[in-house]
Amino acid sequence: MLKDITLGQFFPGNTLAHRLDPRTKIILVVLYIAALFCAKYFVSYALVALVLVISVKVSGVHPKALVKGLRPIVFIICFTAILNLLYTPGEELVSFWIFTITKEGVLQAFFMVLRFTMLIMGTFLLTYTTSPISLTDGLESLLNPLKKIHVPVHELAMIMSIALRFIPTLIEETDKIMSAQKARGADFESGNLLQKAKALVPILVPLFISAFRRADELAVAMECRCYHGGGGRTKLHVLRYEARDYLVLAGFAAMLAAVLVLGHFGL
Amino acid sequence: MSDIVRTENLTFAYPAEEGQTPVNALDGVSVAIREGSFVVILGHNGSGKSTLAKHMNAVLLPGGGKVYVDGMDTSDESLLLEIRRRVGMVFQNPDNQIVANVVEEDVAFGPENLGVPTEEIRRRVDGALKAVGMEEFTLHAPHHLSGGQKQRVAIAGVIAMEPKCIVMDESTAMLDPLGRREVLDTVRRLNREKGVTIVLITHHMDEAALADRVVVMDNGRVVMDGAPREILPQMAELRALGLDAPPTVELLHGLKEDGFGVPLDALDIQECAEAICRAL
Repeated sequence: MLKDITLGQFFPGNTLAHRLDPRTKIILVVLYIAALFCAKYFVSYALVALVLVISVKVSGVHPKALVKGLRPIVFIICFTAILNLLYTPGEELVSFWIFTITKEGVLQAFFMVLRFTMLIMGTFLLTYTTSPISLTDGLESLLNPLKKIHVPVHELAMIMSIALRFIPTLIEETDKIMSAQKARGADFESGNLLQKAKALVPILVPLFISAFRRADELAVAMECRCYHGGGGRTKLHVLRYEARDYLVLAGFAAMLAAVLVLGHFGL
Repeated sequence: MSDIVRTENLTFAYPAEEGQTPVNALDGVSVAIREGSFVVILGHNGSGKSTLAKHMNAVLLPGGGKVYVDGMDTSDESLLLEIRRRVGMVFQNPDNQIVANVVEEDVAFGPENLGVPTEEIRRRVDGALKAVGMEEFTLHAPHHLSGGQKQRVAIAGVIAMEPKCIVMDESTAMLDPLGRREVLDTVRRLNREKGVTIVLITHHMDEAALADRVVVMDNGRVVMDGAPREILPQMAELRALGLDAPPTVELLHGLKEDGFGVPLDALDIQECAEAICRAL
């Protein structure tokens, strides 16, 4: 039952969006978010939206998958939209009881919704087209300069990739422990929230113990394979920027510049 | 040929719990493993066989005595990487020794740590996966593989470091019979074709029959040491050490007791069948 959970949500493929260097894609998302937050009015938003639509088309990711990603935050989007709608001062449109809806409020709420939706869609597109491992690789490589100020970049990346590696193993283990406890009469379904939370204790305790044991064994196994930190390590897959990376980066930078210029003219 | 691993009067005790006197897990062990040989170390639980294995690539350091790997003293910390590059280790639980999300990335982990150049890593990864017969799983996720396949990936990860010796610390204990067969066939082929020294720690007697040499341990000491043909037929002695003789040996012993003139040292099924046919 738990096995169906997929994390990282990666859709394998071989499109331009998949082949781009992970570092490029991370920078693109940063540029895209910057553009989104600098956009002031319809023309700028339309430009950013156009870039998003093209990116989705190129990636071959089904738009439905992107919309699905929005589901968990629908509530937050609606809540902020309503607040913006009701509490923005300006030219009055309708007024009832203690609320006044203004023209500015309507616009503000509309842009807010647009900004949130596009933000989520853009970042989801990154995880949909980049495998967790290359995402970690990309982050490690991008954050490399931080090593100079003693940020343990390699260690953090290693922790992240090992965590990703062990998610399926631990899920499988949880499944086994649950079955074992059920076989002895444990009840996970009935009762109120507190009782349900209490019922989780007999799952979590053995899971933690086994996770620690695994960590211990893994550490020994890694040492046996000559792991001694990030120093002097080489890589099977070396990240290399290609011409296409520079082209796409230039395109996104141009988009950000255009949005800034448009913003200057209030568009 | 030279010795790849040599222990001299090795003793070791695990730290004792409060109020207890430490018991020696190893008590004066002197063995020498010849390069290119296939050695099985047998013993029941707590006999010290795993502890001995862990000394062979400096996971544990001697409490007393010396361990030399390819002539290097394991207690010299500056030689640690060099020692572990020579002697690779495969553990019991395949899940807890696979580091990466993708088979090829995991196999590359060892050479990456050694600072091997990228093209050379590629060559070694492909070669190692081929050597264990897993080349078609190069891009698979390890958690979708069977136990035997995972263990073969772990072996490939060790081979990619191009060691002279592989120590298998009960690496077949958690596998089903099919998985065990896959793993044993793989290590036997590596031993014969590539000349890699294999030290196999086990309590399965039938695995002992595959070796050139069998070392039996009990209470932290080596109690028997010789060719499988000399050791395995000694049914009474093995029983006394908490081990079972292989089924073929038991059968031949039974027949002998009933007055058939069969030899006692037929180890595999084919040989055993022929011996019985001759006796009839």
